[in-house]
Amino acid sequence: MSLKKISKDQPEKFEFNDRNIELAKKMIKNYPEGKQQSAVMSLLYIAQRQNNNWIPLAAMKYIAKFLSMPYIKVYEVATFYSMYNLTPVGKFFYQVCTTTPCMLRGAYKLVDVCKKKISNKENEISSDGNFSWMEVECLGACINAPMIQINDEYYEDLDEKKLENIIEQTMKGKTPKPGSYRGRVNSEPENNRTTLVGIKNA
Amino acid sequence: MLEDKDRIFQNLYNDLGEDVESSRKRGDWKNTNEIILKGRDWIINEIKSSELRGRGGAGFPTGLKWSFAPKEVGSRPHYLVINADESEPGTCKDRDILRFEPHKLIEGCLIAAYTVNAHVCYIYIRGEYYNEGQKLQKAIDEAYSQKLIGKNASNTGWDFDIYIHYGAGAYICGEETALLESLEGKKGQPRLKPPFPALIGLYGCPTIINNVETIAVVPTILKRGAKWFSSLGKPKNTGTKIFCISGNVNRPCNVEEEMGIPLKELIEKHAGGVIGGWENLKAIIPGGSSMPMLPKEVCETIKMDFDSLVEQKSGLGTAGIVVINKDQDIIQCMARIARFYKHESCGQCTPCREGSGWMWRMLERMAKGEASREEVDMLMDVTKQIEGHTICAFGEGSSWPVQGLLRHFKKEIVKRNNFNPLVTKDNKIPYLVDQHLLENDNAEIKS
Repeated sequence: MSLKKISKDQPEKFEFNDRNIELAKKMIKNYPEGKQQSAVMSLLYIAQRQNNNWIPLAAMKYIAKFLSMPYIKVYEVATFYSMYNLTPVGKFFYQVCTTTPCMLRGAYKLVDVCKKKISNKENEISSDGNFSWMEVECLGACINAPMIQINDEYYEDLDEKKLENIIEQTMKGKTPKPGSYRGRVNSEPENNRTTLVGIKNA
Repeated sequence: MLEDKDRIFQNLYNDLGEDVESSRKRGDWKNTNEIILKGRDWIINEIKSSELRGRGGAGFPTGLKWSFAPKEVGSRPHYLVINADESEPGTCKDRDILRFEPHKLIEGCLIAAYTVNAHVCYIYIRGEYYNEGQKLQKAIDEAYSQKLIGKNASNTGWDFDIYIHYGAGAYICGEETALLESLEGKKGQPRLKPPFPALIGLYGCPTIINNVETIAVVPTILKRGAKWFSSLGKPKNTGTKIFCISGNVNRPCNVEEEMGIPLKELIEKHAGGVIGGWENLKAIIPGGSSMPMLPKEVCETIKMDFDSLVEQKSGLGTAGIVVINKDQDIIQCMARIARFYKHESCGQCTPCREGSGWMWRMLERMAKGEASREEVDMLMDVTKQIEGHTICAFGEGSSWPVQGLLRHFKKEIVKRNNFNPLVTKDNKIPYLVDQHLLENDNAEIKS
């Protein structure tokens, strides 16, 4: 939640780089003429990716001009949706799902690991600037609970040991392999599959 | 049990590959133009007689929804919007369709768009599904390059474009009018209905909005015939459905099964049973977190379809089954769900914005045993004040699970929270002094 708080340290200027200008123009073309405001969400994503995973106010002003819409409308959108980070986050941004289906399978143990290994407080960037974590609401991988998201990737079927291992790998600068950590394929039941059996053996 | 040959999503676990060539081998994009050339009325009638109901939660008949679109295109273009903003806790079926069966979805989009006279389709994917979105985009590019969509899509003479729009972590954007607001580049706050989106939707134009699973089953229904589809399940609750079984089960999984399958069979057979055995079962949420939970006695016999669950004052919703066993604190589980709704309320209507927070705080105290016995009834009252007093169904979605808890486990809550808040022993304390001030020693009482 506190990521919706606007950072006190704001850069003075923000501009898309050349590649992102092209990308932004392409996004605008997805919508009918005169409805370029629809692209505001994708442009905010582009800005976030360009700016180390967070959106400064200067970027909102820039996007408002880019789409010829009022700045306050961009601000409104950026503060409404929870995936836009309005303060800096770690290079490895851990999001732990703790909604009931994950909670039932021990998501709060993962929170404890994050507290121990990354930082005691949610959203606090670790001293080297590479890590931060936060609790988030349902990420939509309930059958692979408990799970976390690091940047764009899902890490599923975790427990404390496995998460510690993942954190240690990222601390060495590696990106761990995403997906299930209990060795199952996607969302099939572990061991004896009950449906689509013939297809697996074919 | 459903036979494997009758499962629509053959690639649910990605044994066969999700690219266009592998999908063609499974029968996707086969005879698509023949189906479309049979005409709009034929398609709508076929879907109507298959009795397909929307898979996104509300269970609205799909054929009927399509028939609401204006027959002739007037001055405003028509739009098709696919709701892939799957955020209901306990639900992760659309994710697997987007990842592993994207061509079923794209083919369904083409058929649906033709039927409702739309040339443009937007697929609204939740922002967290970034990788799934990339996979879908790849499938869309493949379809373009094989001329399956685009200009003269699949040789039907119909021009058709698909665009992906990413959400950004707002649960409320799964509500159809909030989704439209979000697509227009605004805050996702639901609109008043009427006017319904079928007449005034995206950019004020006629818009049909369907769930991913609904659209993805359409091509198979039309190819194998409405009769086949309606022979599965039972009348008004036909066909197959992907069930997501999560929580305290031995083998959580996604599985496609016939509608009306007994809940117990689903859990024992496919999910490997409840952790600690069936006797260890406490309650089950049958259809995503918005649906009221069912106690063990009901779970013994209940069948998983829209109408049977409504009889038990619950609902099929998105068919996200969350199993809770006796090792869990049921009040704490519901408090966490209430926190979810507090976090996700869009803040437009006062009863929901304030009430969702009240429910969460009360339930947190009840879980700790700090609430007074009057509060248990007060909580029920709060849910009734929210339900039916909001613009969208979020009000119901947030208050029903709490009502479900109170309906089945009230005794347990009362047992834990049974103190009388009034201090009656000490006569010196005036009756009207705020009780909470007394605790903090900051209320000076001068008798």
